[in-house]
Amino acid sequence: MDAISLLTIFILSIFVGIEVVSKVSAILHTPLMSGANAIHGVVLVGAILVTGKATDNVQLYLGLVAIVLATINMVGGFVVTDRMLEMFKPKKAQKEEVSK
Amino acid sequence: MTPTWVRVAELLAAILFILALKGLSSPKTARRGNQLGAAGAAIATAVAFFYGQKFYGGPVQHLPEILIAIAIGAIIGWVAARRVQMTQMPQMVALFNGVGGGAAAVISVIEFLSVHSENPAILIATIFTVVIGSVSFTGSLLTFAKLQELMTSRPVVIPLGRFITIGTAVATMVTAVALIINPINSLLWLLLGLSLVLGILLVLPVGGADVPIVISLLNAFTGLSVAASGYVLNNVLLIVAGTLVGAAGTLLTRMMAQAMGRPLTNTLFGAFKKRIASAAASSEDRPVKSASAQDVAIMLAYARKVIIVPGYGLAVAQAQNTIRELVELLVAKGIEVDYAIHPVAGRMPGHMNVLLAEANVPYEQLKEMDEINPEFPGTDVALVVGANDVVNPAARDDKSAPIYGMPILNVDQAQQVVFLKRSMRPGFAGIENEVLFDPKTSLLFGDAKDSLTKVVGALKSL
Repeated sequence: MDAISLLTIFILSIFVGIEVVSKVSAILHTPLMSGANAIHGVVLVGAILVTGKATDNVQLYLGLVAIVLATINMVGGFVVTDRMLEMFKPKKAQKEEVSK
Repeated sequence: MTPTWVRVAELLAAILFILALKGLSSPKTARRGNQLGAAGAAIATAVAFFYGQKFYGGPVQHLPEILIAIAIGAIIGWVAARRVQMTQMPQMVALFNGVGGGAAAVISVIEFLSVHSENPAILIATIFTVVIGSVSFTGSLLTFAKLQELMTSRPVVIPLGRFITIGTAVATMVTAVALIINPINSLLWLLLGLSLVLGILLVLPVGGADVPIVISLLNAFTGLSVAASGYVLNNVLLIVAGTLVGAAGTLLTRMMAQAMGRPLTNTLFGAFKKRIASAAASSEDRPVKSASAQDVAIMLAYARKVIIVPGYGLAVAQAQNTIRELVELLVAKGIEVDYAIHPVAGRMPGHMNVLLAEANVPYEQLKEMDEINPEFPGTDVALVVGANDVVNPAARDDKSAPIYGMPILNVDQAQQVVFLKRSMRPGFAGIENEVLFDPKTSLLFGDAKDSLTKVVGALKSL
């Protein structure tokens, strides 16, 4: 893709990113940070792409390291965010779960 | 070259990421938002294997190794996220963020080694990813070490630290420029090394309550480095996802810094400024009034209005359930009880809400700072459990205090103040709290959970 298209996508993404979180309430700052953190775990896609076309061992090993790191970021990020948000359930649902 | 259906799937993933961030901004939709984000990430990962023969130069190479690496990462991430205590969650987020930054840096290094692009725009993006990703990596690992108390959480100021940091930053920039002019491998390794050191140097002088803001900032950094790695790989999804997180994270960092009442530059570089020693004399020889659990129980039982100020110490002692029990007893006696939640109570903004929600404390009793502060003068007892900096009037009155300007809970305006503390050790920010020496203040020393259990026992027998 040409540079101007990429720049357009980049700039528009900045506005979307700012817009979607602008009204977040203070109690959700921590889960939001954690959720956003999990989303950049998608760097795993990049790690797979460079490893899948690695032509020598240095590239391969570095690529595998990147894959492990990126997967920890992605999986760990979403799981820990889910654990935090589990506690924000409405009270009724929570009691039902306890009584189960 | 990439099949159209793969690109459509990536568009879907990008939309899911936007919906995820949107959902995470409201309590009702937050959990669903996170799940949408996870779905988007899963889709994006799955289609990464179908970029086609032209991209990979045949079928995907090293497929077994790649799948094993994913499995290893997934197991480590899953187990770590499941096992971590909620009190230790901030450092966990820091760690996950750091490894993501590290991954982005490594990806750009590999692409540089394999493609040897001489296009300046690509080189600049590569340099950006390597520098920011590495800073995020070592910086996050250091914040992890600080919060996990593997090292002191206070600001660490090394002699001539400022000059060493500036020197390293300049050297990094010079190397970056040299690399654009002459893109050779050795310069890239040098750049990588300098950036890793820079991450450490930048975070060392940040201390105490400022660490969470730095985590948020590094989170935004990692987002931007992921976006830049997307530019290097000519991958739209990485650009969109990375930029979304970078922008949202930057805004979030600003909101957090505002909640603490200090500009961001102050957070990052505050410790470089010469500290004016606090006028307070050393604490050991100043008299404080200590009380027994019995005294505290009587004070509470005959109050009309009580405000509980929970802090990180409460969470460390795992006393959330005990405090809820105490509050239920008091409410049963017809006493008005509220929890005053400082925006940065705990270790991160909103952390205390998470911790109390875990103990089934009803939302209605949780009052935010601006709402509760006018109520302190009409309060008989302010019970401070394991909090210190967030009730320290130095933040309001003492211009030389490092936390000056941070909004606080005005417990000093209550009729009586009770502190449950482990010791006279100062709080996270490392500064003396004058309220402790106030004649209307009583201190009950000991582990928060033990103390609260004793108070609950004493209340029951009254």
